[in-house]
Amino acid sequence: MSRETALVTADWVEENLNDPKVVLVEVDEDAEAYDKGHIPGAIKLDWKKDLQDGVRHDFVTKEKLEALLSAKGVGNDDTVVFYGGNNNWFAAYAYWYLKYYGHDNLRLLDGGRKKWELDSRELTTDVVDRAATTYTAKDADTSIRAFRDEVIESIGVKNLIDVRSPDEYAGRLLAPAHLPQEQAQIGGHIPTAGNVPWSKAANDDGTFRSDEELKALYADAGLDDAKDTIAYCRIGERSSHTWFVLKEILGHDNVKNYDGSWTEYGALRAVPVALGDEPGAA
Amino acid sequence: MCGAVKGGPSLEGVDVANEAVIQGVVTRDGQPVGNAYVRLLDRTGEFTAEVPTSATGQFRFFAGPGEWTLRTLAPKAVSVDNPVTAATGVVAEVAVAV
Repeated sequence: MSRETALVTADWVEENLNDPKVVLVEVDEDAEAYDKGHIPGAIKLDWKKDLQDGVRHDFVTKEKLEALLSAKGVGNDDTVVFYGGNNNWFAAYAYWYLKYYGHDNLRLLDGGRKKWELDSRELTTDVVDRAATTYTAKDADTSIRAFRDEVIESIGVKNLIDVRSPDEYAGRLLAPAHLPQEQAQIGGHIPTAGNVPWSKAANDDGTFRSDEELKALYADAGLDDAKDTIAYCRIGERSSHTWFVLKEILGHDNVKNYDGSWTEYGALRAVPVALGDEPGAA
Repeated sequence: MCGAVKGGPSLEGVDVANEAVIQGVVTRDGQPVGNAYVRLLDRTGEFTAEVPTSATGQFRFFAGPGEWTLRTLAPKAVSVDNPVTAATGVVAEVAVAV
């Protein structure tokens, strides 16, 4: 994977707005953002209503995803281009999610909704209706998703990257600062995890930094190329952004996203936790 | 919409006593800017969070006690930095002009 196979520019999207084989999909933390205006032709996926099981704390099943994408008019051979707010956090999450279920042709719009808006490009409230398809998902690819037992076994063994803000990493905040701070879990991070805030991988306008800057960022943070890597944040969406950088832009082999992240880990009984700005010992 | 509302969004339902709220409104020539992005930087300048403004130009953060900087990006404007101090139980109101 590389920047060329994983990202498209806003100009590319404008040039391909009328290509029926290119499906633009907006995914936002604020699910109402799409309804206030979206890129022409884009459909919406709601990361919570559409992509979470709703009963179990997990993704929807393969069968449910197939029904969803079929109804939304997404074909197996379509190029799916995700974009969204929050610097593509949830768009990166949806990209990772569809990768998990085996979709081949996926892209992120570099800069997402923010760059599109800051460029004053066209947004519309037109209703988008794509003809239904018969979508077939693949079996889940667990090589890109980490669960808690693997994470605990990885302490001091694999690269663990906590991509939350420094104050969340240290335990001074429990959630990103646009959300209320009362939470069920305790503060802190997984011992030995380095802190490389996801935001360091993005420019102010939400686009990804250059390959050279990204390589230097993770090298400086002590990421050992010889080891497998697990990224986590609070609920797995910001770490999807970092997973995307490491796996899809820089082409690292073994990178997993731990979507249970701190809301799960910080609520587990009797697991090691480190407080403060240092990674801590295994 | 005629002119900007004063201050950040309504605090109804917000646990103000236990939060260090930073909020306000973004305006240009006295008019609210509904498509701006406000980011919260910590005392070292590191990104902590970002929100788009509402249709009425308003935004809110739940920070921790301490020194913060708001950096506001809006279409056709240079980014603007506003320093702000947050404290638990206090609502820090910031008026941002772009």
